[in-house]
Amino acid sequence: MIIKILGSGCSKCNQLKENTEAALKEAGIEAEIVKVTDFKDIASYGVMQTPALVIDEKVVSFGKVLKPQDIVKLIKG
Amino acid sequence: MIVFEFLNNQILKMLWLSDLVKYFVVNVLGLDMSTRLGGSIHFFIYDVIKIFILLSVLIFTISYIQSYFPPERTKKILGRFNGISGNILGALLGTITPFCSCSSIPLFIGFTSAGLPIGVTFSFLISSPLVDLASVILLASIFNWKIAIAYVIVGVVLAVAGGSIISLLKLEKYVEPFVFGNKMADVAEEELTYKDRMEFALNQVKDIVKRVWKYILLGVGIGAAIHNWIPDSMISAVLGQDKWYSVLIATLVGVPMYADIFGTLPIAEALVYKGVGLGTALSFMMGVTALSLPSLIMLKQVVKTKLLVIFTSVVTAGIIIIGYTFNIFGYLFM
Repeated sequence: MIIKILGSGCSKCNQLKENTEAALKEAGIEAEIVKVTDFKDIASYGVMQTPALVIDEKVVSFGKVLKPQDIVKLIKG
Repeated sequence: MIVFEFLNNQILKMLWLSDLVKYFVVNVLGLDMSTRLGGSIHFFIYDVIKIFILLSVLIFTISYIQSYFPPERTKKILGRFNGISGNILGALLGTITPFCSCSSIPLFIGFTSAGLPIGVTFSFLISSPLVDLASVILLASIFNWKIAIAYVIVGVVLAVAGGSIISLLKLEKYVEPFVFGNKMADVAEEELTYKDRMEFALNQVKDIVKRVWKYILLGVGIGAAIHNWIPDSMISAVLGQDKWYSVLIATLVGVPMYADIFGTLPIAEALVYKGVGLGTALSFMMGVTALSLPSLIMLKQVVKTKLLVIFTSVVTAGIIIIGYTFNIFGYLFM
């Protein structure tokens, strides 16, 4: 599983990354987390609001910093 | 009228808070209000508390309203208008659409990919950081409603003019090619419940307070220093009403800086108190919020240098014009 965090580096994006790491730990799943900060790449996902969460190339959330529990649901579901 | 005065004085200006802090400063700290120390401590405590209270209440309420205007919806609405009405709507929606400034570039890309004309997207980009419902109400609290409304109007006019100039000059070719033709992410537009909206509003308050509290303390600190410590003569020499260059200096100092608008309000307040022209103070505020080195660096990734330069120049020129205008006609508002 590859999880991408789209965002140009403001504190929300870092928070989302931390929450994702916590979620993975809680779910006991291993995954690679990649931070995407280049606008060209972010644009290619069609996302208008950062931070955004992409799991295995599918955009699952944008514009908010999900809490770890919500991320766990998305990872499992 | 009397009811309005009362509401305005107690809820917005929080005169009761000012009196309370005065009591604290004089009776608990034992300081004389007319001394520099007493006066600046009063200013600091009163302004910090007032701004944080207003900030939290306003952001909560406004975020709740804003939850009805996600960018997708804004994009659909704007797509239906052509010409200058598109610019005007873009500017107006820019004032209510919520997003953190780091989303401004993805938003720009999203709008442009959806086919919105460049003038409309730029009107949106200009008005977004410049005019924001919470700060307008804060302006009314610090100055008065006439000024707050005038600020909104000139902000929107600047955004419309800026966007129109950019579209008239046919600057589309200076937008980086990758900005066009991106497909939209396939996430269904969520139906938000009342509880969702409350949670969103609450999170916005927490997020924004976390992000801006430093700027507020810094801004109020600087405001307190200006208010009570920096001699009038020094301020007047650089920014005095009679100095023709005051607006230029205020704008050029503000433009490269990055600070949250809430932090600039106490500085503007203190400057005006010290006799700086209203226009000069507003130019400083607009310079700080509308443009900043970080946001221009981000914008550079999506537009070519020529467009970036034109954009910056147009907005800066607009701010300077607005500053001079308010200085001349400021007496009408005070």
